[in-house]
Amino acid sequence: MPVNLKAKLVENILDLKSLEQKPTRDGYGLGLVEAGEKNQNVVALCADLTESTRTEAFAKKFPERFIELGVAEQNLATVAAGLANYGKIPYIASYAMFSPGRNWEQIRTTICYNDLHVIIAGAHAGVSVGPDGATHQAIEDIAIMRPIANMIVIAPSDVNEAEKATLAAADLPGPVYLRFAREKTPVFTTRETLFQVGRAEIFWEADLAVSPPSGGETALDVAIIACGPLVHNAILAAAELEKEGVKVRVINNHTIKPMDEKTIIQAAKDAGAVVTVEEHQVRGGMGSAVAEVLARSCPVPIEFVGVQNRFGESGAPDELIEHFGMGVSHIKEAVKKVIKRK
Amino acid sequence: MSHLHEDKIKFLEEKANEIRQSIIEMLVEAGSGHTAGPLGMADIFTAFYFHILNHDPRNTDWPERDRLILSNGHICPVRYAAMAHAGYFGLGELKTLRKFGTRLQGHPHRTALPGVETTSGPLGSGLGQAAGIAYGARMDKKKFQVYCFMSDGEQEAGNTWEAAMFAGKNKLQNLTALIDRNNIQIDGMTEDIMPLEPLRDKYEAFNWHVLEIDGHNFEEIVGAVEEARAIYEKPVVIIAHTIPGKGIKEIEFDYRWHGIPPNKEQAKKFLEELRTLGGKIVSEHQ
Repeated sequence: MPVNLKAKLVENILDLKSLEQKPTRDGYGLGLVEAGEKNQNVVALCADLTESTRTEAFAKKFPERFIELGVAEQNLATVAAGLANYGKIPYIASYAMFSPGRNWEQIRTTICYNDLHVIIAGAHAGVSVGPDGATHQAIEDIAIMRPIANMIVIAPSDVNEAEKATLAAADLPGPVYLRFAREKTPVFTTRETLFQVGRAEIFWEADLAVSPPSGGETALDVAIIACGPLVHNAILAAAELEKEGVKVRVINNHTIKPMDEKTIIQAAKDAGAVVTVEEHQVRGGMGSAVAEVLARSCPVPIEFVGVQNRFGESGAPDELIEHFGMGVSHIKEAVKKVIKRK
Repeated sequence: MSHLHEDKIKFLEEKANEIRQSIIEMLVEAGSGHTAGPLGMADIFTAFYFHILNHDPRNTDWPERDRLILSNGHICPVRYAAMAHAGYFGLGELKTLRKFGTRLQGHPHRTALPGVETTSGPLGSGLGQAAGIAYGARMDKKKFQVYCFMSDGEQEAGNTWEAAMFAGKNKLQNLTALIDRNNIQIDGMTEDIMPLEPLRDKYEAFNWHVLEIDGHNFEEIVGAVEEARAIYEKPVVIIAHTIPGKGIKEIEFDYRWHGIPPNKEQAKKFLEELRTLGGKIVSEHQ
């Protein structure tokens, strides 16, 4: 199986029935407690969503370092800016629709322009939020966070990676945006899987010894660059494509900013075609960020899998992922389309 | 009310007059900026930088310093002038206001100029930051005081009241807010644009202790701050009634001076008015 062994992913990665499922927001809760244990200056703030953002474990363990803001996301950002200005390391959590959705200017001015180290955790990102509907499904958050100077943007792919990213954020310089999902998704990375902020990881690589290059100009047929829980869908798509003789590389591009340009450009060179996959509007998201890099350094055909200029709606998470065109079949379609454009 | 020595009051009055002159000189040089607010707050900034604040102009990172957070960043000329007169940097640098490469940005920027404490300009976000600093400092049992200056116009902003609710809930006794109640904003008089009154009742309803003073009376300014320090169960807000454009008759009370600078001719006239204290003093050079 062409899973990149160096990535130390779970062995049953392709078996949805046996894979453990957990929401990435759980990783935030775990990482936050670890960060709090490691550093006395870590404080956690929440805006009336302590349980569902998984801030609760920290609040129970370190009640004197937990600050409840109530339904006041603008103040969530400004109080955090003040705490960081004083010398604390604040983690602020709400649904991504409200933070950074509602408090964007406060994040820009009082956190980023002030150059303060605040970690913004946006929970319930993507349409997979499900039954709550479009008002609570943030699909524009990457687009509004990544253009702000100083901001680091990370979208972890599973609960383990979310935990690592949350812990790592405490030691990063300046502001960080962490994107989490509500729904349970496959746990396919392990404790041993390397996670480094700013470094994209190859999770799937076509075995060219088993399946030699088809005689085209590039060794690979396509590179799928994904972030968030949809990385797993990209791997499932790659496995199916493998059977059809399509040689794929799948990259987990968790750090959207600063992007690992070297890995992205190399993938475009090796494959000559790229498909980006994210649970976000295709305009302004991770795929757009990839296109910015490739347009400059290695222009190749790109197809963008994500939400296409629509709002979400109520439904079951899986149903919505399919409805909005981010399922395994949609990724495969995009791959076939982009290969034709080579 | 505080009992300031007569000499001290005279010293502060003279300092405030110098700061007002600097404000006019800076604004005419910059060719843009706000005039009414800075002139109206000159007495309060003077009282803070030359009497109230526990600070060290040569050690802006001193952890125990009092924090003065300016929420309505657009009146920064008065802060810059007060800082320069207090020795944070040379008076000559004031002329760089709003020019390319300056540390004196059109709206103050934390990392550009040591001592300004926060970046500000977008209204309504200073009180939350001040409350965050006060909260963090209290966690560590720090003794310094956090002051937050706000405009009256930004009492229309939701974020201000989110922060007021937070400070009231947490009884941030180490936080003292001060509202420049000059009754003007860009579009006109506050009570026409969006009435703020009864402002005192609003803050009291948010569990603050409210003091009201004449913002041009040094004894009242210092007295209110002393009283605020003595109140231990609530945050305190000082509603300082000020005259926009104070010190220059043509500007006083005129909201149209909110966001414009004087031209060269006006500046000459205004500086003369300040130097002669409105004609009360005849210069020996005349």
